[in-house]
Amino acid sequence: MLSKSPKLRAVLFRCAQSIPVVIGVVIISFLLTRALPGDPAVYFAGVAADEASIEQTRIEMGLDKPLVQQFFVYVGDLLRGDLGQSLSSGQAVATDLANRLPASLELTLTALILACAIAIPLGILAATRPGTWVDHLCRVVVTAGVSLPTFFTGILLIYIFYYLLGIAPSPLGRLDFIYLDPDHVTGFYLIDAALMGDWETWRGAAKQLMLPAITLALFTLAPIARMTRASMLTALSSDFIRTARAAGLSSRKVLYGYALRNALLPVVTTLGMVFSFALGANVLVEKVFAWPGIGSYAVEALVVSDYAAVQGFVLAMALLFVALNLVIDLLYAVIDPRIGFTAQ
Amino acid sequence: MSDVSADHVGTGAPRLPTENAPAIALAPVEPIATEGPQQTSGTFDHLIYVLKANPVTLFAFIMFGLLIVSAVFGPSLVPYDPLQTNAANALQPPSWAHWFGTDNVGRDVFSRVIVATRLDLSISVAAVALSFVVGSALGGIAGYWGGWIDSVLNRFLDTIMAFPLFVLAMGIVAALGNTIENIIYATAIINMPFYARLVRAEVNIRRDAGFARAAKLAGNSDLRVLAFHIFPNALPPMMVQVSLNLGWAILNAAGLSFIGLGVRPPTPEWGIMVAEGANFIVSGEWWLAVFPGLWLMIAVFTFNLLGDGLRDIVDPRKRT
Repeated sequence: MLSKSPKLRAVLFRCAQSIPVVIGVVIISFLLTRALPGDPAVYFAGVAADEASIEQTRIEMGLDKPLVQQFFVYVGDLLRGDLGQSLSSGQAVATDLANRLPASLELTLTALILACAIAIPLGILAATRPGTWVDHLCRVVVTAGVSLPTFFTGILLIYIFYYLLGIAPSPLGRLDFIYLDPDHVTGFYLIDAALMGDWETWRGAAKQLMLPAITLALFTLAPIARMTRASMLTALSSDFIRTARAAGLSSRKVLYGYALRNALLPVVTTLGMVFSFALGANVLVEKVFAWPGIGSYAVEALVVSDYAAVQGFVLAMALLFVALNLVIDLLYAVIDPRIGFTAQ
Repeated sequence: MSDVSADHVGTGAPRLPTENAPAIALAPVEPIATEGPQQTSGTFDHLIYVLKANPVTLFAFIMFGLLIVSAVFGPSLVPYDPLQTNAANALQPPSWAHWFGTDNVGRDVFSRVIVATRLDLSISVAAVALSFVVGSALGGIAGYWGGWIDSVLNRFLDTIMAFPLFVLAMGIVAALGNTIENIIYATAIINMPFYARLVRAEVNIRRDAGFARAAKLAGNSDLRVLAFHIFPNALPPMMVQVSLNLGWAILNAAGLSFIGLGVRPPTPEWGIMVAEGANFIVSGEWWLAVFPGLWLMIAVFTFNLLGDGLRDIVDPRKRT
């Protein structure tokens, strides 16, 4: 059956490719947890620990065993979803992360959708009208976008829209305290509030979300616009477009039916990279807007030296990113009919 | 020398022997005739040509010069001691005496911003230099010898790239300890894959090239061929990468210190100054955060423009 379906084989091959990466990610995060400054046993035993209790912690944590054995214990813990205990919240790191992940995802996805909605049309316009003001605008946006420190953009937006204009709510979390949190269904406040039919809360959540999402979108806009413009230019100068034009197709059909469809393939690939940037930038944006996501969780944990939480966060982000890249590549295989054959 | 010939040199158009030029009737005779004897100034002329045609790149070079000046001479140029507190003069808005205003303990923001240039640039230059050296060595070895070394390196790089890079930097600093050196190491590690990949690709396509084989036949050792014959070919694209990376490294280091890693107060550093100023932005004291942030942005912007400009100089075909 496999030999008959090159596409399925390509998909399976791609899935198999991510296995060594996952193994590598786990090894690196294991090394990071074991490279803690000083003796982890002393650290985890707490401040008031004496020699005996440190030794006891060491044995409890398995730190007296050889490194390879520790690694397998670590992997076993991971497979059971155990990322260790957070010292600051007193809960399991995995639980904390799961509770806070929807907030981060809601922010990141809103920002990415916003960025795509602006960047792709901008890139198309710039590619179809090279040398005009749209093209120059695109270039300025692209260069300025990658130069903007996200934390600085966020602060600037707070100053303008909260302090000067007074149209944005105070930058403190996902929902003003006058609203009640919507019932937990997906953890995405916008979706949950819509499901409840509570549009008052929905508006409140959307207002809170706007500034951080714009901050993150400004940052992710640049690579998307740049890639759209470049790949659109390539597509427009290719033979099949010339043929389509010569065949007398309307310029609309040529532009959106043929050029754009082909140009979007590299853009989809870029989205994977952009997501990586966005996940990193998320940490900073969440800190600026006191957004209760996993990024600000990691920052809070860093401040109080809660290493298990930080390393759990790093590992979770990496696994999320690997999974996302896999999805994007599979999506690529679905939208690009050629991919199955090249993998043979 | 006219613009036309300068462009010829840069685009790598086939160089015609001077005496053949008239034979190609349509080519303008005068510019090509000057091309032969002035070979050495070709690159320089091209540089001038690019700078003339692209004022943005010229601007980037000027900004770069200013940054270097404030990094080198900053501490002796600024009007106030960046650490000198003055409680009576706290939170003053920008004025002639204090161009960028004063912060919550009365320190002069302008002096702090300028003095911080040295630290921010040093961190990013050190990190980029480190990743340049390590990345070149690894990429060169993998590209030249290939085989299992290549596969292992590729797997390793894939793994690093599998992390969201800023997050990995956070993890590394958290694991190694919260110091400026570790910020440099973390930034170097997350930048290293880009250099290693670039060098690997550039070396790989040339390892069997005629000149490399000739060098080998002439009795050079593998290492010598790699280091002195093949590797220099990778330098032009590397320079572009370095410039773009410097901007990115500054952003990264400032981001890390913004969340409280590495640099400690009261050391003047852009990221930490923005972080401190952020507390005052909601009460309207904008100058505390805006000026260091603006400077950070200008520095990154300069390096990005410089990278794009260098790309035009190195390879005019790759303009996007």
